[in-house]
Amino acid sequence: MRTAFINQLIEEAAHNERIFLIVGDLGFHVVEPFRDRFPDRFLNAGIAEQNMTGVAAGLAREGYNVYIYSIANFPMLRCIEQIRNDVCYYGGNVKIVAVGAGYAYGSLGVSHHATEDVAVMRALPQMTVASPSDPSEARAIATLSARFEGPMYIRLGKAGEKQVFPDDATAIELGQPHCLKESASPNLLLTTGSVLSEAVSQIDALGIDTAVYTLPFVKPLSAEALARLATRHPNMVVLEEHQKSGGIGSAVIERLNDALTEGTLAHWPRIRRLAIDDYYLSTAGKETYMRREAGLTLRTEYFEPTHKE
Amino acid sequence: MTSIEFATRIRRTAIGMVHRANASHIGGALSMADILGVLYNDVLNVKPQESQWDGRDRLLLSKGHACVSLYAALALKGFFPLELLDTYGTDGSVLLSHISHHVPGVEISAGSLGHGLPYAAGLALAAQKKHSPHDIYVILGDGEMDEGSNWEALLFAAHHKLNNLCVIIDYNKIQSLGDTNDVMRLEPLADKLRAFGQHVIDIDGHDHDQLHAAFADFKLHATDQPTVVIANTVKGKGVSFMENRLEWHYKSPNDEQFAQAMEELPL
Repeated sequence: MRTAFINQLIEEAAHNERIFLIVGDLGFHVVEPFRDRFPDRFLNAGIAEQNMTGVAAGLAREGYNVYIYSIANFPMLRCIEQIRNDVCYYGGNVKIVAVGAGYAYGSLGVSHHATEDVAVMRALPQMTVASPSDPSEARAIATLSARFEGPMYIRLGKAGEKQVFPDDATAIELGQPHCLKESASPNLLLTTGSVLSEAVSQIDALGIDTAVYTLPFVKPLSAEALARLATRHPNMVVLEEHQKSGGIGSAVIERLNDALTEGTLAHWPRIRRLAIDDYYLSTAGKETYMRREAGLTLRTEYFEPTHKE
Repeated sequence: MTSIEFATRIRRTAIGMVHRANASHIGGALSMADILGVLYNDVLNVKPQESQWDGRDRLLLSKGHACVSLYAALALKGFFPLELLDTYGTDGSVLLSHISHHVPGVEISAGSLGHGLPYAAGLALAAQKKHSPHDIYVILGDGEMDEGSNWEALLFAAHHKLNNLCVIIDYNKIQSLGDTNDVMRLEPLADKLRAFGQHVIDIDGHDHDQLHAAFADFKLHATDQPTVVIANTVKGKGVSFMENRLEWHYKSPNDEQFAQAMEELPL
């Protein structure tokens, strides 16, 4: 996913001279093509994320669209105050690219688990939160972000994720859930991030009839679009590789509650949240193992049986 | 007007603002009044009627709590009407008690320390990339040299040869709860900064000749290093009962003290 993103960013940078990439001494075998092609718009800021973010804010102020790139929590939690005070307060054109969402760096330990990032980032005014679920969405978000004015947090997986969406030229829209699969059943799986491909495999293996939508943007998130989905599919499962508090399920529930209050949603759906339930996982393991340990596994009983006519 | 007269006007105006608003931080506002006086009177290339003019020199105030002196300097310079200063700290006023970029002539908002220098480094890098001739000035407090982000930025600025960056440390040697060298020793500050690759100019921050000479030296861009002007100053400078007194980080002058301060700062 990270390679798809960077390669698309290179395409964008070829005809957009405002794009500037700063890495926090990370990105081996990923960012070199950008560096080699645009040496004047590439920097390694070293292992100093607070300064990296402040520098990015200053460059953005002078007209650049600056991408800061690092692993998991480093470009985000380490420098959260710089993001708030120096980027978001100005609506600065800084894109924060965090590689290794969720448990992508499973065995590297809790320091490398980005499992609170969405909660933190979506609380910030002006911040858009993007979360591609496969390489095609990552490319589409790279293109959209290159033309987007303002701060954006981009939560990427790692490497080698399968493409799940059939069409490579994925059309995604700010705030809109993205349809992978429709269904006439009351079931809906809403998810985001690289956990998608595993979820789709489980659905297929278990023979579950459900609509599947991703959330390429957790913020903004259209209350109307969610309300339409919840009306068609009143049995919802939200799967997220993130802590339960403040994450993707929380965002969905909040927006649906807004819809209910505003009258665009008539009946509250059943919403099952599959998320990390307020703990750290401190054992070693691959991402799939960590997801299983955290209970991020689909089960038949979460979905209503389809009544065939 | 001379820079000395301008600095006196900054001091009088700033003291009036904190007196009216019953606000804090006058000590650190007074310690940097001469720095601002020299910069805005004689050094900075700015257009008060066109505050966002692209060719302007950028001055960032990182010690945002000392904002009254900068607000005063900008109003005296004509960036906005002097009457606006009367609203300082009142309901709905744009003049927050930590510096706000919503005020004409103010480049960045600050309040949390250690933010101004990395941002200034970004501005300096952009100017270097674009071959823009303007300079970047950033005023730091000495207390905020405790912040690691400043030392990250110093490493960065030296590495990238940002010789269009002038860092001014208002070294009044008193931070929130004590003397800087008691709280967490900065000394030997000049040596540390030199070791971090900076062109260091160590001066009396109230001596206008030395201030002028320091900025003239910086503007030569004779080395490829960033410049750090260590401005040795006195907290509360200009008002006898405020000088070198930590309490004036917090206190606001009452009517009697205000009158005495004005007497001590004749135009």
